[in-house]
Amino acid sequence: MIKQLSQRLLGPVTLVLMALTLWLGLWVTPQDRVQGNLVRLLYVHPAVAWVALYVSFGTSVIASCLYLWKRTRSIAMDRIAYCAMEISAVFLALTLITGSIWGRPAWGVWWAWDARLTSTAILLVFALGYLALRRANDDPEVRARRSAVFAIIAAINVPIDHFSVDWWHTLHQGASVFTENGNFLVHGSMLATLFISLFGFTLLFFWLLRARYRLEVRRDERQSSSLEEALEQRRREGAVH
Amino acid sequence: MIRIALLVAGKDLRIERRSRVLLWQVLPFGVMALVLCGLALGPNHAGNSSAGPGLFYLVMLLVTLLMINRSQVIEGSPGTRASVATLGLDPAGVFLGKALALAVELWLMSIVLLGGAVLLLHTQFSGTLKALPSVLVIVTALAAAGTLYGALSGGGQGPATLLPVLSFPAFAPLLIAGERSYFDALHGGALWQWWLISLVALAAYLAIGILLYGVLEES
Repeated sequence: MIKQLSQRLLGPVTLVLMALTLWLGLWVTPQDRVQGNLVRLLYVHPAVAWVALYVSFGTSVIASCLYLWKRTRSIAMDRIAYCAMEISAVFLALTLITGSIWGRPAWGVWWAWDARLTSTAILLVFALGYLALRRANDDPEVRARRSAVFAIIAAINVPIDHFSVDWWHTLHQGASVFTENGNFLVHGSMLATLFISLFGFTLLFFWLLRARYRLEVRRDERQSSSLEEALEQRRREGAVH
Repeated sequence: MIRIALLVAGKDLRIERRSRVLLWQVLPFGVMALVLCGLALGPNHAGNSSAGPGLFYLVMLLVTLLMINRSQVIEGSPGTRASVATLGLDPAGVFLGKALALAVELWLMSIVLLGGAVLLLHTQFSGTLKALPSVLVIVTALAAAGTLYGALSGGGQGPATLLPVLSFPAFAPLLIAGERSYFDALHGGALWQWWLISLVALAAYLAIGILLYGVLEES
């Protein structure tokens, strides 16, 4: 009952939160003293990056680990890993695009060979490589094992990406919501919009994952039914001859 | 594990010595690529160019991709992989052995290509000599990562274009670290941080390979 209700509510709640983010971000929150209206992009960019790097990539890596562990090995884990990585690839591309749109007026360039930007781009190539690897193997078990291993190797890049602003001198700013002591650097309606956006995009990920997962199940079912149909047809042809 | 690693490495190196693919195909390709890099820089810029380390690692990347494919093709003929699997060898040992053989081949290639960089790209001899240890560490990390990615991309049976796509993001940090350490060796910068990154990467790839190579062999 609760599961069904939450599944039904996921889409509408996501939609409401996204609309709220849009309204708050564009009309309610004030301009930034230094950045002006450019600050409004920051209600989207960090949330997109959060989903790309941690939520979806993390989901894919955890599902891959669970697939490789014999006790929890199931096709469902493989499907979750695949669907989450696909969403991660889209969100990583969006992270780079929104960052670039912000970077042009702020830094004067669309792209800089900065440690954060480069490591995010490398992570995107990892995600695309994962998708290419899945398409290269027809055997479902081989495909699942190889892609699970690849996802785990790719996960090494996530902490590098996260800490790159601390480890190297970067153009990209460091932590800008919290101080090292855990105090907020952003206040009022700006902080509320930022959190609503983070929550909204996280729910959007789960909504997309659910939809993509169902699509994947149907695709597998269709593949197996068309295989059975082909076999049946061959049997009938054999009987005629 | 070490005994199996030495056996596998010995086997791969013996096959390579007999086939002479490294000597007659990969090495000339690497030298040719360096000549092309020199031509691209032009006669006036080669001497004082800061592009030497980057071009050296670009050539090393191309050579490494060829060598990884070669290392995987050894077991690519039908039935060989299955018969190796029936021997019951420890997969961690097999991984270490294949990585060691690849590393030895890449060490030789890198020494020759460093000489080529001095001759053709006019990088300083003393600086290049100072960069040699870091080059060897980076190349060993490339060998460990390459062995893993070679198996991931289908062990010589998968599409040839898959290996560069899969391995590039893993190689990129190693190549950047290598290029920076070579550059610092030429221009008197501090080398320790690049050494540290290279060693951590090498340890990470060896650990992942030892843990997960068996999973790839099963498939």
